[in-house]
Amino acid sequence: MPVSIAHDGTKLWQRRTSRAEWLHYAGWFALLLLFVFTWQVMTRDTIWAFVLDAPRQAADIGSRMWPPRWSYMSAVWKPLWDTINMATLGTLLAIVLAVPLAFLTARNTTPSARFVRPVGLLIIVSSRSINAIIWALVLVTILGPGVLAGILAIALRSIGFIAKLLYEAIEEINIEPVEAIRATGASPQQVLAWGIWPQITPAFAGISVFRWDINIREATVLGLVGAGGIGVNLESSLNTLAWPQVTLLLLVILGTVVVSEWVSAKIRHAII
Amino acid sequence: MSAVSRRWTPPPLIANRVLRYVIYGGVALYLVVAFGTVELNWARMSEGVVRAGRLFAGFLQPDFTSRWDDIQAGLLESLTMTVTSTIVGIILSVPFGIGAARNIAPLPIYAFCRAFIAVARSLQEVIIAIFLVVLFGFGPFAGFLTLAFATIGFLAKLLAEDIEDIDPAPLEAIRATGAGWWQVLVYAVLPQVAPRLIGLSMYRVDINFRESAVVGIVGAGGIGATLNTAMDRYEFDSAAAILLIIIGIVLACEYASGFIRAKVQ
Amino acid sequence: MLVIENLTKRYATGDLALEMVTLSVPAGQVVGLIGPSGAGKSSLIRCVNRLVEPSEGTIRLGDLDLSRLSRGALGQARRRMGMIFQEYALVDRLSVMENVLSGRLGYVGFWRSFFRRFPQADIDRAFAVLDRVGLTDHVDKRADALSGGQRQRVGIARALVQEPDLLLVDEPTASLDPKTSRQIMRLIVELCAERNLAAIVNIHDVALAQMFVQRIVGLRKGKVVFDGPPDGLTPEVLTEIYGAEDWTATIRKAEEEDEQAAAAGAPVILARDTPLVTA
Repeated sequence: MPVSIAHDGTKLWQRRTSRAEWLHYAGWFALLLLFVFTWQVMTRDTIWAFVLDAPRQAADIGSRMWPPRWSYMSAVWKPLWDTINMATLGTLLAIVLAVPLAFLTARNTTPSARFVRPVGLLIIVSSRSINAIIWALVLVTILGPGVLAGILAIALRSIGFIAKLLYEAIEEINIEPVEAIRATGASPQQVLAWGIWPQITPAFAGISVFRWDINIREATVLGLVGAGGIGVNLESSLNTLAWPQVTLLLLVILGTVVVSEWVSAKIRHAII
Repeated sequence: MSAVSRRWTPPPLIANRVLRYVIYGGVALYLVVAFGTVELNWARMSEGVVRAGRLFAGFLQPDFTSRWDDIQAGLLESLTMTVTSTIVGIILSVPFGIGAARNIAPLPIYAFCRAFIAVARSLQEVIIAIFLVVLFGFGPFAGFLTLAFATIGFLAKLLAEDIEDIDPAPLEAIRATGAGWWQVLVYAVLPQVAPRLIGLSMYRVDINFRESAVVGIVGAGGIGATLNTAMDRYEFDSAAAILLIIIGIVLACEYASGFIRAKVQ
Repeated sequence: MLVIENLTKRYATGDLALEMVTLSVPAGQVVGLIGPSGAGKSSLIRCVNRLVEPSEGTIRLGDLDLSRLSRGALGQARRRMGMIFQEYALVDRLSVMENVLSGRLGYVGFWRSFFRRFPQADIDRAFAVLDRVGLTDHVDKRADALSGGQRQRVGIARALVQEPDLLLVDEPTASLDPKTSRQIMRLIVELCAERNLAAIVNIHDVALAQMFVQRIVGLRKGKVVFDGPPDGLTPEVLTEIYGAEDWTATIRKAEEEDEQAAAAGAPVILARDTPLVTA
């Protein structure tokens, strides 16, 4: 917060130095330029006639979508069950793999900071970079359509998420109890189980439930690429332009997401 | 004292006996049933292992060149979508976030903003993308709208929570000086929420790029469409190249965001 | 019991924390280690059980040369040394009983300890030490639900349940109020007398050290500058260890505090008639 003296002797205060002020505005200007440039590139092929037509389209679709076809519900129960399974089993599989990965990657528990930790970090980034539906796309091509592809897709995405948050929790533990356990003559495995694990248990439970909740949402759309669950119904309903069915499916998805969020919040509240 | 040995076992996780058996039993039952419904077609799976091997080989020798034009076009769409949607999303999330904060927004505005945010957050991006493609046509414009909408939902909610959690003391202090509503906002609210907002925005850039790869699958532009085509044609080496590019860009985003966040803090 | 010869510790930053420290502690003797911050007190204690690796010198526990042991043998040797920490170093989310039992980890295999299936003899030992430190009513409480003094007693119990030959105590009272500090020091000294344990106790409060221990070792900049009985701590000696200060006033004030505490119905002596369970 610089203070300067004007030529008639009075003290002036500015929020930033002149140079910092200039840089500040230059930064915003650069951002504006960036936006304008990318906008132009992005909308090069945009057919503005379609864009302007959108409200009319919306009204048209909207009228076809209401009322929802409630009778379709009977065909939805099994896919909904599949969806929940994909999310739950996928999360469980991810947990089993992410816990050792987190321990191998955390700075204070990794066996080798030069070799093992970077590999762990790479696995975590790769897993996180690719959304579940893309993993599903790949897995359906390899394993064929079905719930198995969905479970693996959810698991592959979740490993990175869980392992990252978990290794950050491991790096933040209090070192003293770990020292104390070591001082009793415990083996390194016992030090892990008695000194480190109890300190990260709340974080672990919270992260797992949080990811399960997100995975329910992700699992609902995996069927669009063939990986089973309610997304398959959505895909076929859209293809046949069965709009009232689509509406019902959306309502079911919305309801499921709301319930899972509520369950997840309750469980996480109980853990703290 | 006599030498009677006292027994000790650790107290169980769930104290109530009945509840404990119900929960453990329920979990075991669920796992058995759930695993049962997963159909494993062994023939298909052995084929799959072969294909997986080809994909793996594709990762070791990714093919960037034969489909380079398509990859480049898709990548450009993804990047431009990310930039524009994040910028627009951040700008619009500020009024929505402020409007959704109970401690500074009047009730009708609060209700409206909260509802808007709830809708934006509950629907999966892909579903929103499908509808926007129907309304606005194929291409990155629909993707841009999808991601901007999702960004608003994400940032506005967190911003609103942040605003609701702020230290009320500076708020009262500034109000007590007679400052107007806007001035209170700028002097008391913004300085407290700005650092976290910047951090979250950086995180959202990362998310938006990853999502931009996804919405292409349903026609909303981006590299997802290129990937979809490659997989359809079983061109595993091109697909591997695309996946590697995605991973690389996300890595770069992470470094950049860590760098910027360190500078801001 | 414990013989330290020419112990030297040089940290990677170049700091010479300990320089040719030679010290020998017979069984049953409680040694108070005093000195200013950075004098090397913590390093000395941690070098004995090799939580910190010594740079040079030898450390012998009885007949065993600690400085040459391999990882596995070191684990076994550590069972014979109980360590007590300034911030209690308890695993907060585990119960009092689990924290005490963790002292037996060196004796129990991984899976048995993981499922908390300790041998009954260990459970008996644990109950015995918990009775001795007066925490029998808190057995299944979470460690972070206790007061500071209670937590330190759990730390003491954990060290005792190992049935050690030596206690390494790192500033046990730094986080406690004056009255609780005296209780804890008294407890430690009594326990050492009962079980014939050697002990090195790191203390920053000189007056407290003088009150309770039989022998005082003063460290300054990694070197031993005093080794003798508590009443050998004249103001001149204290100046050599800590630097110039009004030492006579400090010593007199400490004596007054102690008299006041005694007059106000001194701290309760904890139950002493529990027989030791020997395995």
